[in-house]
Amino acid sequence: MSSPRGQEYSYFPGCSLETTAQESNRSLMRGAAIMGLRLIELEDWNCCGSSSLPTLSKPASLGMAARNLSLAPPHRPLVAMCPRCLHYLRSTLKYLKEHPRKRLALEKKFDRPIDTDLEVIHFLEVLDRFGLARLEAMARRSLKPLRFVPYYGCTLYRPPHLERHHYFQGDLDRILVALGAAPVNRALAYRCCGSFLSVTNPEVVTPVVNEIMTSAVAAGANCLVTICAMCQLNLEIRSTVKKRVPVFHFSEVLALALGADDYEDWFDRHLVNPRPLVQQVVAGG
Amino acid sequence: MVGKGDLRADHKAGPPVIEASRGDRGFLEEVVRRSGVQVRRCFQCRTCSGGCPFVQAMDYPPNVLLRLLLYGRRRQVLSCGTIWLCVSCNTCSSQCPMALDLSAVMETLRIMALKARAPIGRPNILEFHEEVARSLERYGRTHKLGIMLRYKLLTGSWFSDLDVGLKMFAKRKLELFPSRIKQVHEVARVFEGQLRRKKK
Ligand code: SF4
Ligand code: SF4
Repeated sequence: MSSPRGQEYSYFPGCSLETTAQESNRSLMRGAAIMGLRLIELEDWNCCGSSSLPTLSKPASLGMAARNLSLAPPHRPLVAMCPRCLHYLRSTLKYLKEHPRKRLALEKKFDRPIDTDLEVIHFLEVLDRFGLARLEAMARRSLKPLRFVPYYGCTLYRPPHLERHHYFQGDLDRILVALGAAPVNRALAYRCCGSFLSVTNPEVVTPVVNEIMTSAVAAGANCLVTICAMCQLNLEIRSTVKKRVPVFHFSEVLALALGADDYEDWFDRHLVNPRPLVQQVVAGG
Repeated sequence: MVGKGDLRADHKAGPPVIEASRGDRGFLEEVVRRSGVQVRRCFQCRTCSGGCPFVQAMDYPPNVLLRLLLYGRRRQVLSCGTIWLCVSCNTCSSQCPMALDLSAVMETLRIMALKARAPIGRPNILEFHEEVARSLERYGRTHKLGIMLRYKLLTGSWFSDLDVGLKMFAKRKLELFPSRIKQVHEVARVFEGQLRRKKK
């Protein structure tokens, strides 16, 4: 067993996982607990700053992200699940490293230091460190019934200036294949889900989401698995095609594979009923 | 759907004439400086527009917008709908053969449009962003139900989306009460003087 210290992380849920996508949050906590990881929620965190603010006020968006960084204890990595949050916290950290005077001004505002050596990572990187073999050995149920599209969405590895960090392409596939599921790679896995246009201009988003959904069905998938709570929501609420497949958050299927039993509540909150598929996994396990 | 200013749409009336020499050179310089993107390198391959998921709804496809930018068409560019429909998905930025970060250009143009008080090409989208910002200022986090309610009221699009709203509500995806942070005053300090106040 590795030292408990190596398994402690600060955890940044972000607005979606805290509210709309509570099921992703709960399943993540469940999965992490089974794995023996301690995800310690960042005390009094606020919105990462990426929602709407970069356009309306750069200083405010920077300040929001910086406040979160100032709250993070420097000795353990800060983990995010939402790709937008990750991207925003990371690029702010980089910015503050390069602009010490801005950092000083913000530190004064919060009366707290900001450690620019803080590690900001995605949960997939935590799993990477944990080790695929170890994870596989811990699995209690096989995900064999799942023929999934690894839906990465747009943010996880696209922003050009973040490319030098961990390269996420293939991570979802690798992990879920190790847990027994079969990847379906001939669908639109990177097409953007529509983000805020889903609220402001649903008529623009629906055709795009339908395209994604239809491509998944045509490729023979019986579900999509995503790591973004907003993608999950948009794909479910905006698709109007008859033949639809459920969209899981990655943490839900991870926890399911690890043997979690309190899944009823999570799947109850889905808009496309995932139960038949979940039953197959549970029965087969 | 083709926008009124779309260069492709104008061919029946003869090719559109843009007098490049009369454009606003300072505009291009400003965009390059603010965004850090060397937009002059664009060679109009249209990869960006081919990959953009929302190009159908845009008045100018991204590559056309860049061209207008190069010609110094300040007003036309800053008042277009394209920059507001862009959701910063970075598809264009990651596929451009000249490695131009178009997504960053779009954001720069939005900021410049606000600063110049240009007519907003898609006012409903700006309303939405402002509603989100107000929620953040108030609670430190986004309160989706509150944002949706006020946004739908403001834009009068209340009934257009009622069934989806109700479905989300039934699934408890829209929380009645906001999740708020304890030290709201720290967030208030961040917001000080930052948001445009509502006239209404
Ligand atoms: S992909 Fe790049 S080079 Fe091609 S048209 Fe778009 S911006 Fe220009
Ligand atoms: S970043 Fe904007 S312009 Fe580029 S592909 Fe995405 S939505 Fe289109």
